[in-house]
Amino acid sequence: MSNTTQIGDSTNVSTVGSTRPETNESRSHFVWIFLALAALVAVLPAFAYPLFLMKVMCFAIFAIGFNLLLGYCGLLSLGHAAFFGAGGYTAAFVAVKWGFPPELVVLCGVIASTLVGAAFGLLAIRRHGIYLTMITLGLAQMVYFIVFQSPYSGAEDGIQGVPRGVLFGHADLRNDMTLYFVVSVVFMVVLLASYRLTYSPFGQVLRAVRDSESRATSLGLNVRAIKLTVFTISAAVSGLAGAMKAVIFQIATLVDVHLTTSGEVLLMTLIGGVGTVLGPVVGAAVLVTSQNYLAGFGQWVTFIQGFIFVVSVLAFREGIVGLLARLWRRPL
Amino acid sequence: MSAQVVVDFPRNDAKDSVIETRDLTMEFRGFRAVDGVNLNVQRGDIHALIGPNGAGKTTCFNLITKFLSPTRGQVFLEGRDVTRTRPADIARAGLVRSFQISAVFEDLTVRQNVCVALQSKMRRVYSMLRSDAGMHDLMVRADELLELVGLSDYRHEKARFLSYGRKRALELATTLAMDPSVMLLDEPMAGMSPQDVRRVTELITRLRAGRTILMVEHNLSVVAEISDSITVLARGQVLAEGSYEEVSANKDVQTAYIGAGYD
Amino acid sequence: MSVQVLAGQLLIGLINGSFYALLSLGLAIIFGLLNIVNFAHGALYMLGGMFAWMLLEYAGIGYWWALILAPLIVGALGVVLERGLLARLQQVDHIYGLLLTFGVALMLQSFFQGIYGSAGMTYAIPSELRGGWNLGFVFLPKYRAWIIVLSLAICIGVWYAIEKSRLGSYLRATTENPQLVESFGINVQALIALTFGAGAGLAALAGVLAAPVYSVSPQMGVELLTVVFAVVVIGGMGSVLGAILGGFSLGIIEGLTKVFYPEASSVVIFLVMILVIMMRPAGLFGKF
Repeated sequence: MSNTTQIGDSTNVSTVGSTRPETNESRSHFVWIFLALAALVAVLPAFAYPLFLMKVMCFAIFAIGFNLLLGYCGLLSLGHAAFFGAGGYTAAFVAVKWGFPPELVVLCGVIASTLVGAAFGLLAIRRHGIYLTMITLGLAQMVYFIVFQSPYSGAEDGIQGVPRGVLFGHADLRNDMTLYFVVSVVFMVVLLASYRLTYSPFGQVLRAVRDSESRATSLGLNVRAIKLTVFTISAAVSGLAGAMKAVIFQIATLVDVHLTTSGEVLLMTLIGGVGTVLGPVVGAAVLVTSQNYLAGFGQWVTFIQGFIFVVSVLAFREGIVGLLARLWRRPL
Repeated sequence: MSAQVVVDFPRNDAKDSVIETRDLTMEFRGFRAVDGVNLNVQRGDIHALIGPNGAGKTTCFNLITKFLSPTRGQVFLEGRDVTRTRPADIARAGLVRSFQISAVFEDLTVRQNVCVALQSKMRRVYSMLRSDAGMHDLMVRADELLELVGLSDYRHEKARFLSYGRKRALELATTLAMDPSVMLLDEPMAGMSPQDVRRVTELITRLRAGRTILMVEHNLSVVAEISDSITVLARGQVLAEGSYEEVSANKDVQTAYIGAGYD
Repeated sequence: MSVQVLAGQLLIGLINGSFYALLSLGLAIIFGLLNIVNFAHGALYMLGGMFAWMLLEYAGIGYWWALILAPLIVGALGVVLERGLLARLQQVDHIYGLLLTFGVALMLQSFFQGIYGSAGMTYAIPSELRGGWNLGFVFLPKYRAWIIVLSLAICIGVWYAIEKSRLGSYLRATTENPQLVESFGINVQALIALTFGAGAGLAALAGVLAAPVYSVSPQMGVELLTVVFAVVVIGGMGSVLGAILGGFSLGIIEGLTKVFYPEASSVVIFLVMILVIMMRPAGLFGKF
């Protein structure tokens, strides 16, 4: 039961996300990957329902936000549903009650989740490792109860009939294809920004903090401030995903703030590849698609998800993208 | 943030001591690991902290660098009371430590390890929208430091794949990147081959120019060779102080070492 | 407000507290030795209740035998889970252990939900424990008294076994230095597996105890688990005493909140958790 101080905490157990491949290699291939992805996003509506594709992109954004925290800083949160839900409920509320235009609706959602995230972060980073995970879980459960009991949230019904509105007074989002275009742009921007952050000076510092907190401190890095920063950014991105989900599907429900949502985003990141740039996107695509196909199995979908969890943890910790990156010997 | 280290602290009158501790005491559940230690490290010295296992040397280090808060007593850096300062601010103020178990960032390359320290030094921690490949000034400086410790050929290697001796050398390079006025080295020679010990000893003597070094070291021949003054700790208390000759002639020191089974 | 209401809620608080204590106790000993947070703990609790119900439904085996059999079965399952799955993760980050148990919990819960649906099944109070005593200010059902007495006895027994006995000293030594304990000729891997089994058995016992009070349902462990995690954070992770005292006192606090400010009763434990983290991050009985 000893865990004493964090001194000399370099152990030889492999940390989460440390299977990420070498970073000093050329990253020029990312340009082609991003271009290909943009092209894919452009042509996919010809083959699949825009609503389904938007769901994938929403959860991809959510998983990108989650991965910033787990993949690059090694912090496992089980409270991300609270950020996703805070974004979604706030967006739905201001859209329904105050009739805000979509750009303001999403902004309000992001602000709400950022505040919730900063509050969570301030409390959670006081502890390390699994304690941090349990604290985020407890805080998220509290948010769940607060939302459940709040007179503004519609309890079991959620907030329904969220108007999509007209973006910047021009783009009518009631048209699925217009909305699809907007969501695609946001998705690509978030993905590129996450790539930028991953390979930025800050990204380097994050990995240093993950590898050895005490060494980072001894080099003058304010570890708490760094963790709080990444925690808040992660929450903000998750809130963006939640707010967009509320606009796209015109509803905010209790599922958004429930533990199962935190588990899902974790599973997406794990399947895709923790600590990779493209992993969250692939993970979201795989999970949302499989949920669609398995929808007929009802309760057994959860069983299958649990099974995937167990298998990924035991035999496939690097995830799909992690595996590809290892085979291709390039960061992905 | 480190401004609070520089201003507003009551000055103390000691002449040219860089680190001073007064009545430094640390209790763990009733056990006194460090017991009323008064340490005085003079500017420009290599000061060695020696003593049998469990004498409280590493705890002293942790107290000075604020990784632990003392039960009682004060710590002064350059004459300013830093007892309540946070560890990251101590580092920014120019006092940088190394660890007994080598602490490198395993998942970063050798050069990135040094760059992280330089980023901290240059306050370039929070820039998120630039590429890390664009920090040319830092990389040039990092390569200079790696040259100094003889790791130039390994700069693109991930730190986890370095041999133990090279990890220690890398740790020295990252410590130097902070351009510290005071370095605290916790057993820099531990677990090294004789050749590595030779290399690191030479390195430390080269690095001492313009710096003060406090080190915990078990290798007494190294201590005898390079240190200017020595403090001997036993059971958390200062047993003797002085030059190597003075200390090694001390009867108490001899009994403490033999009695406690010095390795 | 009447004394009856207050005493009634206090009693409910004590009952809930009994379950919190039993579950966080199991979590604490598992965490202490394996260093993983067992997310399947709520599912193991559910299994205890579920097996008790199944034993009665399909084999006609009653409460008293179930009270022994269900924990043994779940304990054996725990040993299998540890040996078969968790043991493979000892060399990697402990987060993976947590993720594995999370997946196992999902599987167990959805498995029973797939078979029996979400609605709860009722389980009758054994005839020996029906009825109750009127204490004047409150009516005390015999079964509720039994829950409190048995949980307290088990908690004290486990605490004694860990803090005072030789077994406990082995367990503590194993957390500090497994190699050393191995050199005494003790099979550390077996010790770890049995500890996990014991923790799982405790959870199942709580499940059997709970079956007649709450209905037996696949989801019965889900929300309880998040509360128990909060209790563990408050009490101090890995502290046996913290788990026991924290469990009972938070149950009582929750009961009192129901009397004075019912709207907050579902969040009060999390609020206490926040306060504790702010003032004493290591938990009330945390050792560091």
